[in-house]
Amino acid sequence: MSKAIEVSHLSKLYRLGSIGTGNLSHDFQRWLAKVRGKEDPYMVIGKQNNREAGGKNDVVYSLNDISFTINQGDSVGIIGRNGAGKSTLLKVLSRITSPTSGSVKVRGRVASLLEVGTGFHPELSGRENIFLNGSILGMRRHEINAKLDEIIEFSGVERYIDTPVKRYSSGMYVRLAFAVAAHLEPEILIVDEVLAVGDAEFQKKCLGKMNQVSTNEGRTVLFVSHNLTAVETLCNQGIYLDMGQLAMQGPTLEVVREYVSRDLLARRVVQSTESKKLGNEHLTILEAAVENANAENPNDIIDITSDVRLKITLINHTKDHHLSVGFDLKTAKEEVVFGSGGKLHCPPDMPTVFTCVIPGNFLNDDLYQMDIYFHTPGMSKLFAHRSMVSFEIKDQARENGFLGKINGMIRPQLQWASSAGITTNLS
Amino acid sequence: MSANAESQEQWDVVIEPDYPLFNLRLREVWSYRDLLWILVFRNFVAQYKQTLLGPVWFFIQPMLTTLTFMVIFGAIAQIPTGGIPQPLFYLSGVVIWTYFADCLVKTSTVFKDNAGVFGKVYFPRLIIPLSIIVSNLIKFALQSVLFVLVLLYYVYFKGDVFQLHMSSFLFMLPVFLLLMALLGLSLGMIISSLTTKYRDLAFLVAFGVQLLMYATPVVYPLDSERVRSLAGNFLQWNPLAPIFEGVRKGLFGTGFFEWWYFGYAVAVTVVLMFVAIIVFNKVERNFIDTV
Repeated sequence: MSKAIEVSHLSKLYRLGSIGTGNLSHDFQRWLAKVRGKEDPYMVIGKQNNREAGGKNDVVYSLNDISFTINQGDSVGIIGRNGAGKSTLLKVLSRITSPTSGSVKVRGRVASLLEVGTGFHPELSGRENIFLNGSILGMRRHEINAKLDEIIEFSGVERYIDTPVKRYSSGMYVRLAFAVAAHLEPEILIVDEVLAVGDAEFQKKCLGKMNQVSTNEGRTVLFVSHNLTAVETLCNQGIYLDMGQLAMQGPTLEVVREYVSRDLLARRVVQSTESKKLGNEHLTILEAAVENANAENPNDIIDITSDVRLKITLINHTKDHHLSVGFDLKTAKEEVVFGSGGKLHCPPDMPTVFTCVIPGNFLNDDLYQMDIYFHTPGMSKLFAHRSMVSFEIKDQARENGFLGKINGMIRPQLQWASSAGITTNLS
Repeated sequence: MSANAESQEQWDVVIEPDYPLFNLRLREVWSYRDLLWILVFRNFVAQYKQTLLGPVWFFIQPMLTTLTFMVIFGAIAQIPTGGIPQPLFYLSGVVIWTYFADCLVKTSTVFKDNAGVFGKVYFPRLIIPLSIIVSNLIKFALQSVLFVLVLLYYVYFKGDVFQLHMSSFLFMLPVFLLLMALLGLSLGMIISSLTTKYRDLAFLVAFGVQLLMYATPVVYPLDSERVRSLAGNFLQWNPLAPIFEGVRKGLFGTGFFEWWYFGYAVAVTVVLMFVAIIVFNKVERNFIDTV
């Protein structure tokens, strides 16, 4: 198989702070420092792209010495946390910005879809915008002409095709824009979470189209998304970026699993140091944990049959004697399974423990996470924390039996029955 | 070593931090020519959609400006027009000046105006300034029709006050237009590139162009006693001066045109063009990080 993209030792530096101010005085100070033989006040080299490390450095490696190759016909999902460098990587690959060091070699025509409808002009009609947008994305006029009917049909806005797009609803706008993009025929297609728009039916259509592009037509697709389900369905290869560095490359399922376990597995969050404080002026969370309620050791593996206990130890700093607490239970892919909450007694200024038990034989063997939020009894917001804890449920019996996972976000145990020898009303 | 060279040739695009300063990648620009045309189309259609008079505005603008100039510079200030009827003198000046000023002003905001598109998709950035130049050229052609109409009126109905002295020198007109386009494009590209970092320059352009008009023989002939006594030969060093005077010489046979100054204007343009290419090339690669 031949290579489509070869990235070697790619780095991209961003200068924080001075970006955007763009004024003469900074440049003057820099020049002055240089003249006096001192260190450049705006040039302190940072080591890693870590937002949480705080603002000591003005310079951040958004991409740090990344090397990988992508073969022709692969569809590659790029995953990682916010700020891991995914978008920067796409921007460098699609030549919107240039690297600080290293190189990228590309074979074939590249089309990048970092946004749908780039360059759409509100005053132009749908038809005219197809030509404008198509040309911006690198299509030749005759190519667009040849596909015009197909594009209009895919978009489903035939009736309004000669109406200025400023009169379109946002849904129609996106449909038209994606229709143009879907009919690009580059050797390499770069896509950035553009599927986050449009209704569910249209999203499905788009995913189907992308799947077709990569598997049937043998094109190379690079796809960035937070939607791990989409990445798993669309991509056969995965690239996991962490703090600007390449953490892992390999088959999608393995990469997604590594990402999920590295980034999410935190069953017990303890307030250890002052800097890692959870809470605010209204309340302090001393500990939040997900425990196995049936086992002697609460930190045991949570089996599919175990009751799952959420335990939060906190101090209430408000004057109320009650707090409203709630959580959203979500899958690792950010889909909400359900939410639950209650109003609990919580006297001020003393440690109080809240617990909630999710019964066993209800959740699936999967990775879950919880968003937890606190309100006053009158429901004004006190504190919220996304993905405060996360945990994995195992199906130990099934795993030993070499059976595959049962589908679904939950797996409740339901009553099945059979009654032999009775004729039904239907027959 | 040779195997290495072979494998390098197979790549279509190599993205690296550094690349040659003067490389405009014109072949790539050529492959995007369809985009150029559709952008020109967009510039026209978008400008006059949902207006009552539409493209008629192309003619109203120079006519009103000419009238204003006739009142202020002609009637009030009584600046001589070198024997040319005022409407003809001012209209020719206005049409040519508008072409230059629009090229300059519109290219000077290319990066700022197109940051949204440039941040999302790659195409040769030079396409946008080129589309501005072409759009303005079409506008110039339309406005020239207006000028020709006024000229014909004077030739046929005002023969007593005006005799046409068109000379073969008029064939230089395309050269003058090209020179002005390049000058406007280069200055615009330089300013546009610098504005990505220093927004201050955007303010400078707005009134700088106004001031520049007064330093250019648009509303007065260069070779008149009042101008000479006031500014000496100073205004001749404006690279735009030989262009305006050259056009006048071609149309009316009166302009002050010397090849020496024309050569100087060409030299200035070429130097500015090289500076523009270097600056534009440097900025286009990373401007999205600073804009």
